[in-house]
Amino acid sequence: METILVLAHTEADGSLAKAALEALGAAKSLGGAFVVGLVGENVQAAANNIASCGAAKFLGVTGAEFSQARYTTDAAAAEAVCKAAGAAIVIAPATSRWNRVLAGVAHRLGGRTDTHVTAVSAADGVVSVNRWYYRQRMEAVLQRTQRPWVIALEAGCCEAWKGSAGSAAVEAVAVTLTDACKQTTVTGVRAPAADQQTIRPDAKLLLVAGAGWTKTQPDGKTHTPEAEKLILDFLRQTQASLGSSKSLVDLSGEGQAVLTFMTHLHQIGQTGSTPRHPKGLSTCCHGEEPHTVGWRFINERRAIDLNPNCGWARGKADVLYVADAFAVMAKVNELLATAK
Amino acid sequence: MSTAYQIVVCGSLVPDPLQTLEPVAGPSGPALKNEMMLPAVLDPWAGHALFEAAHLAKSAPGSKVWLVSLGPKAKLQQVMMTVAQKVPFELVALDGPAGGFTEAADVAAALADAINAIPGLDKSRLLVFGGWESASRGAGATMQIVGERLGVTNQFQGVDKLTVAADGSLEILERIEGGKHQVSKCAAPPAVLGWATGNLPEPPNNPQVGMMNMRVVMPALQRAKPAKVAAEGVKFASVTLPKQQRDTKIVKDVPAEEIARELVAWITKD
Ligand SMILES: Cc1cc2nc3c(=O)[nH]c(=O)nc-3n(C[C@H](O)[C@H](O)[C@H](O)COP(=O)(O)OP(=O)(O)OC[C@H]3O[C@@H](n4cnc5c(N)ncnc54)[C@H](O)[C@@H]3O)c2cc1C
Repeated sequence: METILVLAHTEADGSLAKAALEALGAAKSLGGAFVVGLVGENVQAAANNIASCGAAKFLGVTGAEFSQARYTTDAAAAEAVCKAAGAAIVIAPATSRWNRVLAGVAHRLGGRTDTHVTAVSAADGVVSVNRWYYRQRMEAVLQRTQRPWVIALEAGCCEAWKGSAGSAAVEAVAVTLTDACKQTTVTGVRAPAADQQTIRPDAKLLLVAGAGWTKTQPDGKTHTPEAEKLILDFLRQTQASLGSSKSLVDLSGEGQAVLTFMTHLHQIGQTGSTPRHPKGLSTCCHGEEPHTVGWRFINERRAIDLNPNCGWARGKADVLYVADAFAVMAKVNELLATAK
Repeated sequence: MSTAYQIVVCGSLVPDPLQTLEPVAGPSGPALKNEMMLPAVLDPWAGHALFEAAHLAKSAPGSKVWLVSLGPKAKLQQVMMTVAQKVPFELVALDGPAGGFTEAADVAAALADAINAIPGLDKSRLLVFGGWESASRGAGATMQIVGERLGVTNQFQGVDKLTVAADGSLEILERIEGGKHQVSKCAAPPAVLGWATGNLPEPPNNPQVGMMNMRVVMPALQRAKPAKVAAEGVKFASVTLPKQQRDTKIVKDVPAEEIARELVAWITKD
């Protein structure tokens, strides 16, 4: 087996994200020897936490400059670690931070990258990856001859490594930064207020709201404020993540009466995101293929829609409830409240 | 200090998202069934990049927008008929495959060469825009490599907003996990920005802009150089459509209360 490097960065609190532990799990599953490379302000605590993972060695790039998710410094750090490891195959979690730089890093190393990889496997020493093309509409299994081969592994696709902590000896890798590396400064993170924070990648359940919530209802009126309340109440009680159809977020852009907490970041589907959650509940979505491909990675799926012929009925959901989502969700919220 | 920008947008075409796609084995790897016959559109996120570029150029007098597009010449011409109506730009066309199964590295090399060949381009005022991912390969790799090849390492991906501050620095919002944005301050151009949705609606068609653009588009298409784009070193073991059909149970004429009970049981079960 070729030399494998698991390349991860630490989070703001010095820990490793679940996606990083999944990359470690994936690398281990290939069966060969591997090296761990860590980048961050301080990486010792993270290395200690995975001390028993069986890595041949731990490499680290550390310093205040590497606390920021910034292209110049991250690319320099990743490049240095890959070189120090002499890695032929690099497996990294597809975090927004690594996604920003890995293709550039592969270019610097004279290698290639494959991103949004959903599986890595090895047979007779030959490594293959799975990834999707045309916005999750077809899946390919491919191999490459170019090295180094930098593989960005999507979160939620592999078992995270689990094991006991210990104390790891981290070999420092030096990186020289020029002034040009510091032209950009990360000044902060803009997030919706805590009670408006409705995108929760780690939630067990995804609630998808469609344009139906804002449409004229059987009584001839729209009930948008009521829809907002029902949805937010449900999210608060279940801690589910919120997704939206394209139509619904586009309505917000067009200045119509809409759900005020919906943004483009909520949109799932072909031109939106493709979140991964164990369960998903679609409400008031017509959901025609191929546009609702964002649902492809939701394991158990149920839908509520007034229209028995809506897209969800055609083999996409496990259960379709032909019913009024206002009535059902009001009852669901009531039951959830009394269960507490 | 100049406040004008030289904005180069990298963007090509993809099959119209409304089309059903089917993979087939081509002579040099996977391809789409009837690929050349499928109606094409401007790649959506690259489209957002183009509209943002035009918007910025308008607010910074003296700025100019180029659209560098690599695709089969005949299809580029079709797509330009619509795109040219939207915002003013100068087209730089490259003739080559635009499919998803080609290498981002090859595309990036061709784009970077084309950008370097733009006469009189002032790199100190250069902003390279593109989509953060294509709707074909969807890799988010091309723009990074273009930047590396041009020596531009102020790079941003998943950009939803760019604001120019009074001192000429750029404030950039990039999508990160959990529905949040990372805010960065970039002291000055050059920079690479891979756009997500941004903030602008699609501009309405403007026949005057269309006429002006087309005067440059047609000669640019005629001049389009062939670009070497392939997938050397990659072996596709398989390309398949997902088996997505589920056995949907349809529950009808059941009181809301009963449905709610069933849903709560499902939601709360591990
Ligand atoms: C290029 C392109 C890209 C696209 N990308 C995406 C994408 O990424 N994501 C995406 O989602 N779409 C995408 N679409 C759009 C997609 O084709 C559909 O138009 C859209 O998903 C439909 O949105 P909807 O289901 O919210 O609304 P509608 O089609 O308006 O459906 C509303 C549904 O709500 C139901 N309803 C109304 N009231 C109630 C009630 N009280 N209780 C229960 N049900 C009710 C109705 O029966 C109906 O089925 C794309 C389209 C194009 C052309």
